[in-house]
Amino acid sequence: MSANLYLADSRLGLIALLLMFFSGTALAVPEIEHWTTSKGGRVYYVKTEGLPLVDVRMVFDAGSARDGRLFGLASLTSGMLDSGAGDWDADTIAQRLERVGAVLGTGASRDSAYLSLRSLSHPDKLKEALETLKEVVTHPTFEVKDFDRERNRVLLAIKQQGEDPSEIAEISFMNTLYGDHPYAHPSEGVRETVEKLTPDDLKAFHREKYTVRNSITVVVGNIDRLAAEALANDLLSGLPEGEVLPVLADPIERHEALTVRTPYPSEQTHIYAGVLGYRVNDPDTFPLYLGNHILGGSGLVSKIMEEVREKRGLAYSAYSYFLPMRVPGPFEIGLQTKNASAQEALDIAVRTVREFIEKGPSDQALEAAKKNIIGGFVLRLDSNQKLISEVAAIAFFQRPLDYLNTFTQKVQAVTREDIKRAFKARVNPDQLKTILVGASGEKPTH
Amino acid sequence: MLLRGLRIALFLLPLSLEAGEPQVFEFRLDNGLKILVQEDHRAPVVVSQVWYKVGASYEYEGITGISHMLEHMMFKGTQKHPPGEFSRIIAANGGRENAFTGQDYTAYFQMLEKSRLPVSFELEADRMRSLRLAEVEFAKEHQVVLEERRLRTDDQPRAKMQEHFDSVAYSNSPYKNPVIGWPEDVAGLTLEDLKTWYGLWYAPNNATLIVVGDVKPLDVLKEAKKAFGPLKPSRLPKLKSQAEVTQLGLRRLTIKVPAKLPHLVMGYKTPSLKTAADEKEAYALEVAAGILDGGNSARLSSRLVRGQQLAAAAGAGFDLSARLANLFTLEGTPVEGKTVDVLEAAFKEEIRHLQDERVTEEELQRVKAQVLASHVFQLDSTFYQAMQLGTFETVGLGWQKVGEYVNKVNAVTAEEVQAVARKYLVDEGLTIAHLDPQPLPEGAPQTDDAPLGGGHVR
Repeated sequence: MSANLYLADSRLGLIALLLMFFSGTALAVPEIEHWTTSKGGRVYYVKTEGLPLVDVRMVFDAGSARDGRLFGLASLTSGMLDSGAGDWDADTIAQRLERVGAVLGTGASRDSAYLSLRSLSHPDKLKEALETLKEVVTHPTFEVKDFDRERNRVLLAIKQQGEDPSEIAEISFMNTLYGDHPYAHPSEGVRETVEKLTPDDLKAFHREKYTVRNSITVVVGNIDRLAAEALANDLLSGLPEGEVLPVLADPIERHEALTVRTPYPSEQTHIYAGVLGYRVNDPDTFPLYLGNHILGGSGLVSKIMEEVREKRGLAYSAYSYFLPMRVPGPFEIGLQTKNASAQEALDIAVRTVREFIEKGPSDQALEAAKKNIIGGFVLRLDSNQKLISEVAAIAFFQRPLDYLNTFTQKVQAVTREDIKRAFKARVNPDQLKTILVGASGEKPTH
Repeated sequence: MLLRGLRIALFLLPLSLEAGEPQVFEFRLDNGLKILVQEDHRAPVVVSQVWYKVGASYEYEGITGISHMLEHMMFKGTQKHPPGEFSRIIAANGGRENAFTGQDYTAYFQMLEKSRLPVSFELEADRMRSLRLAEVEFAKEHQVVLEERRLRTDDQPRAKMQEHFDSVAYSNSPYKNPVIGWPEDVAGLTLEDLKTWYGLWYAPNNATLIVVGDVKPLDVLKEAKKAFGPLKPSRLPKLKSQAEVTQLGLRRLTIKVPAKLPHLVMGYKTPSLKTAADEKEAYALEVAAGILDGGNSARLSSRLVRGQQLAAAAGAGFDLSARLANLFTLEGTPVEGKTVDVLEAAFKEEIRHLQDERVTEEELQRVKAQVLASHVFQLDSTFYQAMQLGTFETVGLGWQKVGEYVNKVNAVTAEEVQAVARKYLVDEGLTIAHLDPQPLPEGAPQTDDAPLGGGHVR
């Protein structure tokens, strides 16, 4: 394949020249160090220099997939960690962090719950921030008055989803795709189950799920290895050892196509369509990732965007993605368009997907995608913030430690045939679950 | 060295942090293009941004949204490159790119592996003066922008509220118009309008090139000169002042839209750093916003969300880096069972506290510690650093003010915070908006049994 892909026009001499030297870039991939504490906590560490800051992220297998029937349990547990811990109330926790300029974040997705701390590396400041993090993760109090308040805020947030057609559509999509599987419900829960939660539910969830063996700790920043070891040992020292949780059951794919239309008085119809995708560490990860990059994952230059927006002006945003999760996550196509264009835009997007599965990508498109991903690889690691996200994903999903080092080679090795085969095997456009929310929610009449 | 004919200035920012403050190098080409370069050698990457001094606040009535529409058309081809090729070339070079339009600027950016910087320069220089505005591309992109408006504003109750709020809070300031433009104005834009707008504002002497990353300033200058040097400057229109008239009393509005939750927005007329007679006032307003809403220990969270439990969410904001005078805002959502009136009274009580009592030393120290720390945190992002330089430069403050920020905030006293609260956070300059949610029809989902895309006869 010639290097000057888009450069049939010889006036672009400068760019053609640069593209020819494309493969010469040395990649600066940071070294990830990994160890397991004596109590079984997995720790991942990357030293970075140049800025006086330290990022710490603790991740637990305590996402909403572990809610059981109490949808919203994981999310409210995570959200309440900094509302009271040990002898400190929410004000004290916030003051301790903020007077040293530290920022604490918490959250829960379907697969995991996290606590993230960003602090200056100045020893006194870092010490105070870490002590606070430790207390918050180890001894949250879940007091009734805080619980009532925070639960009411969640209930209000759930109510607010009802004024956002995009949220309504996304919730409906996951429900339709996953049926009875624990990925089906939204992480924040639904009104009926959140109303039933009690502080005791949260305490039990915390006791069982926030354990050493169920955790990973990631440290990135201007801190040396010995200090990182001490930091991790100390953070985990108050948590019970616990047990690694059993793996989630696989979702069961419904084979028939389904279209769910929800009437909503909006100017646009929000459309999601998809099927089950793949799990992390799937052997077809790279063909599927690269294929989707071409199909709908690369913004303005992707095929779906080209067909829906660039050629026809039907939408501002149109895309597709795979979300690899512990068990197969969704493959999802998304767009929004004025109500009158809903069926047309959906038809075009689906046709684009069908054609892609039928024919696979062109050599040119594959080469362009590789150049984009490989040439832009350094942009995924150019800040501590991005680095800790990459490392946390490697750690939580137990990817090989050299994942980043071998990433570009694996991208380079993907062929058209790999993509065609993988898409044919995974994405059946006759089984799409399609959600439309908008004023075109009526069934079309002919 | 290719330094002849160039005026070079080099400034050092004060060294106040253990990390060492980043140095900014400033150059100007003969055609007026200003170039700012900041080195960051942590990763082999570079961010390049071109900022134009034009945005929604430069527009007049009837053509609102034209700056944003033009931003979209900047990806639609030049004499040299066909539509979409800009994006394809950047993608093939491993880059990420986009653009954004605000009240005071229109900016374009690429993030690239460092050796690709000349690719970005060649393309940006090309579209700075040689955009090809064609009817067929415009017709499609016009629809895309109308879809963007529906997505971001028309179907978002709070965005709609903000739009109506601004249109009442400002009398004559151009900040009263939305960046994306009023629906009728956007629909009425023509290709001729865009050609005129492009001709007026897109020129090297109305732009700043900002480069942050693993680069050497003189190498950047050399490449920039090669790409942008040949461009001709233009005669720029003289911008009218359009300073907002003095408000003469409280303004109120109600926004009735289909929604689930009520919402409250309040805004007090304030100077920005650019328009303040004494810049200390602007820094004091910045600190006042931090006292109310600088995190979970700040007053709104501590007192209104947790203490009195009136608000499910509450925030305060002040935009230091606006080109024109703007607003100190408070907004929030009452908890179930409380009204916006109750929340409004609580917000006013918090304002009265700021006026009646000096903020405590502890609170002041907390805000200052956060400002210092977040300054270091922001250095982790080359993109953010470029954003700050671009904003300050483009609104006319000058990029040097970015480096002054931490020290100026550190110098703010409790007396100064009290003084600005008494002077500016007063009813005479206040606008209050209530979102009054209207019922949303509850539509039950219906499931088709027909195959996807197939017709279904009812």
